[in-house]
Formats: sequence, C-alpha cells, structure tokens
Amino acid sequence: MTYVFQQLLNALQVGSIYALIALGYTMVYGILTMINFAHGDLFMVGAFFCFFAAIFLNLPFVPVLVISMVGVALLGVVIERCAYKPLRQAPRVSAIITALGVGLFLENFTLALNPYPKQVPQLLANTTWIFHGVSISSIALFIVILSLLLMLMLDLIVRRTMVGMAMRAISWDKAVVPLLGVPVDLIISLTFAIGTSLGGAAGVMYGLAYPVIDPYMGIMVGWKAFISAVVGGIGNIRGAMIGGYILGALEILVVAVMPSTYRDFVAFVLLLILLIFRPYGILGKPHPQKV
Amino acid sequence: MHTRWLMPGILLCVFVLSLIIHRFELLDSYLQLIVMYIGINIILTLSLNLINGYMGEFSVGHAGFMAVGAYIASFLTVKVIPAHLAAWLFPVAVIAGGMGAALVGLVVALPSFKTRGDYLAIVTLAFVMIVKSVIENIDALGGPRGFLGMEKLATLPWVFFWVILSLWIIRNLVYSNFGRGVLSIREDEVAGDLMSVNTRQVKVLAFTVSSFFAGIAGALFAHLLQFINPRSFDIIKSTDILIMVYLGGIGSIAGSILGATVYTVLLEILRPLGIWRMVLIPLILVLLMLFRPKGIMGLREFPWFVPLRDRLAGRLPRNKRGSS
Repeated sequence: MTYVFQQLLNALQVGSIYALIALGYTMVYGILTMINFAHGDLFMVGAFFCFFAAIFLNLPFVPVLVISMVGVALLGVVIERCAYKPLRQAPRVSAIITALGVGLFLENFTLALNPYPKQVPQLLANTTWIFHGVSISSIALFIVILSLLLMLMLDLIVRRTMVGMAMRAISWDKAVVPLLGVPVDLIISLTFAIGTSLGGAAGVMYGLAYPVIDPYMGIMVGWKAFISAVVGGIGNIRGAMIGGYILGALEILVVAVMPSTYRDFVAFVLLLILLIFRPYGILGKPHPQKV
Repeated sequence: MHTRWLMPGILLCVFVLSLIIHRFELLDSYLQLIVMYIGINIILTLSLNLINGYMGEFSVGHAGFMAVGAYIASFLTVKVIPAHLAAWLFPVAVIAGGMGAALVGLVVALPSFKTRGDYLAIVTLAFVMIVKSVIENIDALGGPRGFLGMEKLATLPWVFFWVILSLWIIRNLVYSNFGRGVLSIREDEVAGDLMSVNTRQVKVLAFTVSSFFAGIAGALFAHLLQFINPRSFDIIKSTDILIMVYLGGIGSIAGSILGATVYTVLLEILRPLGIWRMVLIPLILVLLMLFRPKGIMGLREFPWFVPLRDRLAGRLPRNKRGSS
C-alpha cells in the first residue's frame, strides 16, 4: 500500500509537468487551430533561463521562476509575431513546418551556445518527510502545489476575465469576433504569452526535480505533453490538465511493472488506441466537416 | 520515333557511366558518397511528396518506414542470406525491406484516414516514436546499440537504378487515373468524393506506395552507411525529409529532385560551420515558409516529366489554388 502511494506521488509530480506544458499546446491550438511544435523547446529554454538566472545572477527561487516565465513568454510572443503571424492565412501545413523549424532552431541554437548538459543548482532546500512509510520530498510536494495553483489561475483567467472571454470567443468564431471590436492580434499574443510562460514554469520545475538539463530534453517531454493534450482533447484546457495527469500516472505504472525501456512505447501506443476509438480525445467535441 | 527512345537511351548511358565510375573508381569515394546520398534523398523526397505534396496530407512518418526497410534488409543480408550470395541477392533484400515498410504503412494508413486534418500528423509522429522504441527493445536487432555487419552493397549503379525506378513509377502513378484521384483529395476532397473517387482507398494506396519507397531508401541507406541504430531514424530524420520536400516544391517531381540535391549539397558545403550549420538550416526553412511557402518548384513541373498526351492537352500542373 505504501508502494502505491509512493508511486502515486511520483505520478502526480510527472503529471503536473506534462499538464503545464500540454496547456500551452492546447491553448494555441484552441485559438489558432495550429500545433505549435516549438512549444516543447520553449519548455527547454525555460529550464535554461532558470539555470542562467541561478548561476550568473545568483538569485533565489522566486525571482528565478519569474525571470524564466517572463523570458519564455517574451520569446513566445516574438516567435508568434515573426514566424506564425504572417502565415495565418497560409495553408496550415506551412505553419506546422514553420513551427518544426523554430523548434529545431531553438534546440540547435541552445546547443551551439552551451554544448554540454548543465546541472541546475539546488534552489530550494529539499527535506524528505516519512509519512506512514511513504517518503514525501518537499520538492515533489512543491511542484504539485505550484502547478495546481498555476492551473487554477489559468482556469480563472479563461473563465472569469474579459481577456479569457475574448480568447474563448476567438476560438469559437474567427470571422465575426474582430467585427465586435476584439483586438484579435493582441489576444492571440496574450494567449501565446500565457501558454508559453506555463511551459517556462514547467521548465523550472523540471530543473528542480531532475537537475541535469540539456538542449534536446524538450523533444521527448514536449511530445509527451502534446500527447497529453491530444488525449484530453486538443483545444480543451481542462482536457489538457486531465491528459497530463493520466499520462503521468500511466508512465509510472508502466515503469513499476515493466522494464523502463517500454515507457515511451506504451505512451505512444496508448495514444494510437485512443485516437482510433475516440479521435477527439476525452473532453474534445467532434466538429463535422461542412461543404 | 527518335524522341521515344531518347529518354531510355540517356538513362542507359548514365547507368553505364555509373557502372564505369564504380568499377574504375573515377570519382573519389567522398564524392561518390555524396552522389549516393543525393540519390537516396531523392527517393525519400519523391515518395513523401506523394503524400504531402500531391495529396496535400501531412505525414511525418518517413523516418519510421525508412527504419523498417533498413532493419529488414540489413537483417536479411547479415543474418539470413549466406555471405557469398549477399551481393547477388541484395535486390531481393531491398525489395523485402520495401515490402515490409509497405505492409507497415498499410497498417498505419487504415486507421489514420478516418478523419482529416492534423490526425495523420499525430498518428505518424507516434508511429516514428513506436518504431524507435520497438527496435530499442529487440535484442536480435542490436537494441539501442545499433546493428552492423552489412557489406557496402549499395553502390552507385544500384542507387541510380532505384532512383530511376522510383522516378518512373511515381511519375506514371501521378499522371494516371489514380494520380488524378490523389490530386482531387488535395484540391477538394468532398468534390472528389462526389465525382466517385474512392478517396479513402486512394489515400491508403498512396500511403502504402509512399512507405514502400521509404523502405527501399532505408535499405539502401543501411547498406551505404553499413551501420544503423534507432537514433538514425528519429523525428529529426523525418524533419530533414520534410525540409527537402518543401524546399524543392510540393507536388512536383522536378522539385523533389531539386530539393533533395540542393539540401544534401548545402549540408556538405556548410560542414565547416560545425554546429552553427544546424542553427542555420532551420532558419532557412522558416524563411522559406514565410517568403516562398510552396518551395522552389511549388506545383510546377519541367515539361520533361509530363507525359506527352498531357502536354498536348495543355495540362501542365500549374494550378492557381493552394494546397490543403
């Protein structure tokens, strides 16, 4: 029983990180119907911002988190303005290719700047409590709570504020909403900023939990988060959160009962099976094609 | 009459030339290697162009099909076929690799075309990851350490032969009735359906053909490099092929050849830049998408590759409408 609780805690930790990144994918998809394949690499950039802020500026945790989130958000907006905005009217494939290109650029640029894996310093004191045989590290607990807080904030923004209302309106109908005086470009940029800053926060948390970071770490984590978004129903914010935790739990389950090399295999097979039986994800709604 | 035999004549001459070059080592081996890479990349680009260019879908699975072809062919030549027969039975191994990839392609295609849009991209992406993961877990194929022991069986004449064969087949396919069905899916799938094109069947068949050639290219690649490991067939490889397709031009045979050649040569020329080369190339891709999204030859063709009857009917592929 203690073993189950222990694994549950691990699953929550991994799932929180997936869920935070998946939110970025799903928000951009919801508003632009475009898969931002560079998002996983923005997560990686977030981890590197965290590293630089901690090493060169010697900052404590909270400023490091703020710097990473703001830095990644700015980068996300710049990418959106320079690379994606001119392609809004182009065929969707162009935007997907551009996103892949931007992702590769970020990976290789980071690699060119610092060729070796880096070690993120310990920003928070890590104490471990033993509770009925289950060891709870303060960092794991912290990651879970912080990500839940961030998700709660996001949910409030999307559901309760004017900006959130504009976001939902744009994803509902792109043609009419500008006529009603909604500044579409600004809202899209804001969506990118919020989505990517969550990715940046996930990067910092990843750095806390698994301190060795390298420029290619965004690929696999990014794809996994993307799967989470698809599993939850891409374009659906609560779906992305649920999807992240489902995938996290599943991965931990696989590692617990099978050799760990099967982890990725199972994750992707799950995706395929789900897509065959429920192509629009758990919370997604089918949108039939009209002539 | 004489124009009818012109093309086969030229091809035969080049083939003999490649035989001579190979036999007497006229080109230094580095140049030969580059030329063969170009050939393999042409096969890959051409076959992906069938899906992404002519059909207007978006697949990123080519690295996976390459891997299937490469591993099947290598396993055959190293473990199954006796060594003294390997050189003679090499074409069999290559075709077996292609067939294996085609079969896998069929399995992937059947559920993938249920809905439109990004669905295929997601499925093929997952497919690439699954293939890599499966190979890493099969010990007989070397697992993550890779597989080696292949002789260098992919020579200049063989690569040339396979390039011409795939060019010939895909060109004839594109200008056949079936090819018009493929084009109709890109231009307007619903209208194609109404004109009694069995779009689902056309999609599945085109995908199978495309994966067959990806498997062929993979088999050649394995016997050229003489070493393969699961990491040579990850998503980055797929991205490379995508770049070649969109650089050369979608929906164009000439564009595929051009894209594969330019990209391969560019990579070699930029080699002194080291790691910055890999920074520059995605940047080029992004700029290309921003300023010339259909590629160099996008939706156009050298009259050379268009069959005579289409040329006479004025049916050069020069559409005004965009793809997908």
